[in-house]
Amino acid sequence: MIHDQKTLAAAGAPTVSRGLLGDMGRRLARDPITLVAGAVLVAIAVAALLAPWIAPADPNQTSIVNRLRPPGTPGHPLGTDELGRDLLSRVIWGGRLTLFMGFTPVVVATLVGGFLGILAGYAGGWVNSAIMRTMDVFYAFPSVLLAVAISGALGGGLMNGLLALTLVFIPPIARVAESVALQVRTQPYVEAAAATGASATRIVTGHVLKNVAGPILVYASSLISISIVIASGLSFLGLGVSPPDAEWGLMLSSLRQSVYVAPLNAVIPGAMIFLTSLCFNTMTDGLRHALNVKE
Amino acid sequence: MLRFVLQRLAYAVPIVIGVSLICFLLVHLAPGDPAGALIPDDTPPEIAAQIRAAYGFDRPLPIQYLTWLGNVATGDLGLALSTRRPVIEEVLPAVANTLRLAFGAIVLACVAGVLLGTLAAYRAGRLSDRAISAVGISGMSVPQYWLGIVLVIVFSVELGLLPATGMGDPDAGIAGQWPHMLLPTITLATVPAGVIARSVRSAVSEVLQQEYVQALEAKGLPPSWIVAHVAKNAAPALLAIMGLQFANLLGGSILVETIFAWPGSGYLLNSAIFLRDLPLMQGTVLVLALFFVLTNLAVDLLQMALDPRMNSARRGSG
Repeated sequence: MIHDQKTLAAAGAPTVSRGLLGDMGRRLARDPITLVAGAVLVAIAVAALLAPWIAPADPNQTSIVNRLRPPGTPGHPLGTDELGRDLLSRVIWGGRLTLFMGFTPVVVATLVGGFLGILAGYAGGWVNSAIMRTMDVFYAFPSVLLAVAISGALGGGLMNGLLALTLVFIPPIARVAESVALQVRTQPYVEAAAATGASATRIVTGHVLKNVAGPILVYASSLISISIVIASGLSFLGLGVSPPDAEWGLMLSSLRQSVYVAPLNAVIPGAMIFLTSLCFNTMTDGLRHALNVKE
Repeated sequence: MLRFVLQRLAYAVPIVIGVSLICFLLVHLAPGDPAGALIPDDTPPEIAAQIRAAYGFDRPLPIQYLTWLGNVATGDLGLALSTRRPVIEEVLPAVANTLRLAFGAIVLACVAGVLLGTLAAYRAGRLSDRAISAVGISGMSVPQYWLGIVLVIVFSVELGLLPATGMGDPDAGIAGQWPHMLLPTITLATVPAGVIARSVRSAVSEVLQQEYVQALEAKGLPPSWIVAHVAKNAAPALLAIMGLQFANLLGGSILVETIFAWPGSGYLLNSAIFLRDLPLMQGTVLVLALFFVLTNLAVDLLQMALDPRMNSARRGSG
């Protein structure tokens, strides 16, 4: 059955190749689930970016008389929180910090871990041992434990949370980068470049980087959903964003005290974390599939 | 075989030393100095210096590390500042409580993951396969601290069927405590169940496409026999994934234990952080990380024992 589809697709496919990105785009266009996930993510990100203009109310405006109004209350479509702040506005604003806390560590870790991994893979020898054995030690901690331990020791807060998460993601990215760089190093085109007298810097920037970037980025993108869930988890524990800022994990943590009074309100911020993480995972699955990356 | 076991053990030694170094440095990462929590702000400087000297905080870091490492090797993790009891006496019962949830969760996750993943692989491309894939990716994506709250709302707040927090009578054993264990176990099981289901699906469908399976089918072997062949070949790789998931449960339980006020190691770590009880925090992280390293070691060795291919490949390359 699968073979049949492949044969049909091959027979119907145009003979002109559209290149890697063109092929990827064509496969993605035929994958409605990935497209929907992508659209939801774009909507969440745009809403977060435009928060000052589209949020119906001031996210920090408290109101003693309007505490814990249920979703559907006139003027408060998602209800209000334990201090009477408009939940919809806080969800929209909360997207900013939540996405920022989720993305930043992965971006920084990709740069640092990618650099370390490529260096280790390309240089080999003791440089490789020194870098990779250090990574192994960090790898010997479960990721949530390491994030909580580091940010807890540093005393919590946004910056410490970001630092802790970045340290959590550097070792896995460095491992992937190292293994890809090792493979690329032995490719004939790299040996050919070396034979023509190209410098190491030129070989790395001209050949190695171009060929290792794809796998590293695909892997890094799969870490974003984990990063968002752990980052919000840190705020949930009181180790990340501090009140009164709106962040989904922190909102979940404070509304949790009200589950007996306003259970629906308490569910909303966590549902946003779930939705975002689910869409990211769905999208990276789709991208892998479209890029033909094997797991 | 023996050579590989020894190699693998030798490889674990520097890791353990590195882990201990990170745990030691955690305390020195903390703002202020590690004795800060012991010394009230209005303490005269000479008394503060005496307290520092009594705890050895005035000595050079490498010396402090070696002294600490020597104590750790004999099972002495220091005194918890908040309770004045030895850290080890606080940590071990908490780890035992964490293990009880983790064992339950990994069994649940493996049963659900293997059943769903196998079913999906056999029905590849059909609606049931897609439904299972959706469940799998949802399980993988869900923030457990949120799922735990949702389960509490449904089963404790709305239906009143199960207790929301705590572990009940500590002496009651599983017979008396299972209602307390049910929700945290289910919550913990979701992520590993999702990951295992996805891995089982891909491993089984890969085996199903192998020529020998097609040959078995052509021979007219009943499906139950073929399943046995498939299981045998997919098992070693899956075992590694299950082991890693189990190891992750030990470290990842902190959020779930906090939600359910389950007196495990994660709950202990959380309270140690908020009480600024650095020795307790350090001891808990160290014990959990060592469990993680040991679990990974055990999985590697078990995987090698199960999969002769790995063994011969290593012998060939080594």
